[in-house]
Amino acid sequence: MRLYNGGLIITGIVVFLALATFPFYYNIGKANAKPDIKLEPAIKMSEERYGKKQCVEPKEWIRREHMVLLNHWRDAVVRDENRGYLSTDTGTRFNMSLQNECMQCHSSKKNFCDQCHNYMAVKPFCWDCHIAPTEKEEARS
Amino acid sequence: MKVLVSFFAVLVLALVAYAGVEAANLQYLFGVIIPYAAFVTFLAGVVFRILKWGSSPVPFRIPTTCGQQKTLPWIKSSKLENPSGLLGVIARMALEVLFFRSLFRNLRTQLSDGPRLAYGEAKWLWLAGLAFHWSFLIILLRHLRFFMEKVPLPITMIEALDSFLQLGAPLLYMTDVVLLLAVTYLFIRRVGIPQLRYISLINDYFPLFLILGIAVTGVLMRYFFKVDVVGAKMLAMSLISLKPALPEVQIGALFYTHLFLLSVLFAYFPFSKLTHMAGVFLSPTRNMANNSRAKRHVNPWNYPVHVHTYQEYEDDFREKMKGAGLPVEKE
Ligand code: HEC
Ligand code: HEC
Ligand code: HEC
Ligand code: HEM
Repeated sequence: MRLYNGGLIITGIVVFLALATFPFYYNIGKANAKPDIKLEPAIKMSEERYGKKQCVEPKEWIRREHMVLLNHWRDAVVRDENRGYLSTDTGTRFNMSLQNECMQCHSSKKNFCDQCHNYMAVKPFCWDCHIAPTEKEEARS
Repeated sequence: MKVLVSFFAVLVLALVAYAGVEAANLQYLFGVIIPYAAFVTFLAGVVFRILKWGSSPVPFRIPTTCGQQKTLPWIKSSKLENPSGLLGVIARMALEVLFFRSLFRNLRTQLSDGPRLAYGEAKWLWLAGLAFHWSFLIILLRHLRFFMEKVPLPITMIEALDSFLQLGAPLLYMTDVVLLLAVTYLFIRRVGIPQLRYISLINDYFPLFLILGIAVTGVLMRYFFKVDVVGAKMLAMSLISLKPALPEVQIGALFYTHLFLLSVLFAYFPFSKLTHMAGVFLSPTRNMANNSRAKRHVNPWNYPVHVHTYQEYEDDFREKMKGAGLPVEKE
């Protein structure tokens, strides 16, 4: 096989391969950090309240759908003035509130929400207005 | 018919992946083996294609031009429409790839009674094509967040801009809407215009449905039937660090469907019209400078013909020519 304008063709191929495999070499040597969420305070709270290691809804569901739940809570409170939410799982009544419910159990934003969100590079803008719980000293170490 | 075959082909592919994961637990097959195989096919296929194109000689200068060629210094030449050097070619190619300038000039031709020929503007194809390609690119760039440990600023900026309407949670991406609308328009156009439908093949409908399928599964799993996105990223990171491992959490069958349709797209890419991604850079009507009056281009496959010039002829027969009274150039 004879190449015409071989220099340009090879350059093009190199550029294509470099772009297409970019993620493969970009991550070489970077520690493969995984989200490291701390659940102890939340588990204690939930066990005190309804004797079960359980979030508002089952874990599988809350992991995937928590933003939808929060959106629903927000609309219910702000639009319909409805602050009561019954868990479909445990039947417990929850106060539909980001600061006064989620963050009561998950008392550290840094060790919980941020762990996943930083990993996924999502930055919920909720905290522009809502106040995150103050991070305790022990949580930081 | 061709539409239905393509549609059901994509549907069956999607169902195979969905059922394979849901019923047969083939996560490793659809999450690791097939994506790797598809990606290697994609790379090798595109390189093979480029090499094949590169080995075809293009003996003539055949750029399509629509401006004054470079000639005498006092005649204004059109550097972009009629490039005379590499720089002009690169500039024209870049604008073509980024903004589809030649498609912008697309006209509609109509023969009406009379007989009268009429030309009109036809910008919708350009608009939808551009909207489709740009949103596809932005979605692809946004997806880099699945493939990077620390997502760099440009990617997060694209993401922030794309979601700046701040609708709902998770936030609505504008490009998702634009992509779906544009692909739908491109499909409707293909089946709606009779002439276009006549020349359309399965190879035209299949990629359309495939891309639509990828976009629809993506949109479904972001906004409607959620998957475990953290798990998806763990799988993606393990794939690109060449240590494939399924995450402990269940990601969701929809994710594997998305990934499988994408693998099909990647594997199909080099062998279909989609290679225009590489081909556009190798189209001789666009990648050549129009310099045939300034430079001599020799056909590379010219056979070395033995020529016998007039001078040699005269040398051979000079005496005889003189004898016959014929004029000769050299005495
Ligand atoms: C009563 C205390 C309590 C409240 C209130 C609560 N959680 Fe939880 N949450 C828990 C517990 C306990 C777990 C761990 C469940 C498990 O491991 O099965 C958990 C788990 C989670 C997880 C999954 C973490 C993982 O392990 O992957 C998410 C996400 C979450 N919670 C978000 C929220 C959000 C958002 C809210 C507010 C809508 C909320 N939680 C309110 C106690 C609570
Ligand atoms: C522009 C400022 C602002 C932003 C940004 C914002 N909120 Fe709110 N949010 C409010 C205000 C004001 C209320 C009303 C508080 C009330 O009536 O108790 C509220 C109420 C809520 C409530 C119910 C009441 C409570 O105590 O929490 C929820 C849940 C909520 N927001 C969730 C969210 C989420 C989730 C986000 C991010 C996606 C978000 N908000 C972003 C201002 C904001
Ligand atoms: C198990 C990991 C995990 C935990 C823990 C978690 N999140 Fe999330 N959250 C995610 C993921 C992943 C997304 C993005 C989903 C996507 O991109 O489709 C997200 C998205 C969101 C969004 C929508 C943001 C957007 O811009 O679309 C909100 C709001 C949110 N999370 C709130 C919270 C809050 C509040 C907490 C802490 C109480 C929390 N999350 C804890 C994984 C988590
Ligand atoms: C041609 C390439 C691809 C296209 C066109 C595409 C298209 C889409 C679209 C339109 C969405 C909707 C949400 C969004 O825009 O972010 C989406 C979501 C998603 N895609 Fe893709 N995708 C592609 C490749 C991939 C790959 C390689 C992966 C493997 C990790 C992947 C995993 C996901 C996941 C996990 C979601 C859900 C994201 C979320 O919930 O935020 N996609 N995709």
